[in-house]
Amino acid sequence: MNVAKTIRYGAWAAVALLVAAVSAVTVMKFVKEDVPQAATVQIGGPFELVDGKGQVFTDKNLDGKPTLMFFGFTYCPDVCPTTLSDMQGWIDNLGPKADDLNFVFVSVDPERDTPDVIADYVAAFGSHVVPLTGSVDQVKKVVKDYRVYARKVPLEDGDYTMDHTAAVYMLNGDLDFVGTISYQEPEETALPKIRKLLGSS
Amino acid sequence: MKTRALLVAAALVAFTGSAALADSIQHGDLTIKDAWSRATPPKAKGAGAFVSITNNGSEDAHLTGAVSGYAKRTEIHEMAVNDGVMKMRKLEDGVVIPAGKTLELKPGSYHVMFMGLKQPFKMGEELKVTLEFEKAGPVEVTFPVMKMGAKSGKMHH
Repeated sequence: MNVAKTIRYGAWAAVALLVAAVSAVTVMKFVKEDVPQAATVQIGGPFELVDGKGQVFTDKNLDGKPTLMFFGFTYCPDVCPTTLSDMQGWIDNLGPKADDLNFVFVSVDPERDTPDVIADYVAAFGSHVVPLTGSVDQVKKVVKDYRVYARKVPLEDGDYTMDHTAAVYMLNGDLDFVGTISYQEPEETALPKIRKLLGSS
Repeated sequence: MKTRALLVAAALVAFTGSAALADSIQHGDLTIKDAWSRATPPKAKGAGAFVSITNNGSEDAHLTGAVSGYAKRTEIHEMAVNDGVMKMRKLEDGVVIPAGKTLELKPGSYHVMFMGLKQPFKMGEELKVTLEFEKAGPVEVTFPVMKMGAKSGKMHH
């Protein structure tokens, strides 16, 4: 009886293995065919942060629209105001089409950039850009997942500045990273990139 | 008493007026011009100011620091974007302006950095900042405040 049982279990196990093998091959084939799409470097992904009102803001809030995302901080004297001002220029240029995009400013300095600080800072340039910050861990995760360079550099009296990625990230509606707009990139090249991003959604 | 206050006020206005009109300052061998800053968003704690300094002399000049009452600290900084990363550093030893050369403090490069702003800069204001030079000594420079995110001190509408 034990022998019969063993054989029966063995047979079932063999069937299970076969099924697993066949599905694996099928999946692999499927994945293989999909490779040109999936081979892009993994940058980005889901995130959970906090907006200027202190409310939770996740990738779901981007509503599947393409996104222009910038990482900065409010102590920043140059790159951040320049980029926010550039973003406002793009928004003005795009007109109503700007509504089909998300414009997001993510703080890499959550300790100083509380929701109300970053909200006031970003709002000063226009109402379109969403200010985001979060807990130290939330921001750390985004910085890691989005492969952003952000490093605290101590100054005198316990103050610090941040070295950080200065480019604007372009993400499509599926949150895939598709490229960047570099610091001080002229509108002549930045706008066609943005229009292409809009067209890809 | 009243008259004196008025006189002081008038003198102040006259002083501000002349400073605003003067688009370049001669300070020893140095020509200082095109000074400007830009309005800051509320609660911003950092700001930059920019200026062009030409050394007409035959010896190197040395910008050693900057002083103002607008922030906890006023310093000379260098900013650079390398490989897409913005880095900013205080220049502990200031900047040397070689003989016959012009040093441009401008966005994306050297700037006067205000760390820990006491209050935001508003468009139309004029900042008084003292630049310190090793040989030429200190000089007060007027920095008109342009709009937020302005890219230069040139007025364009």
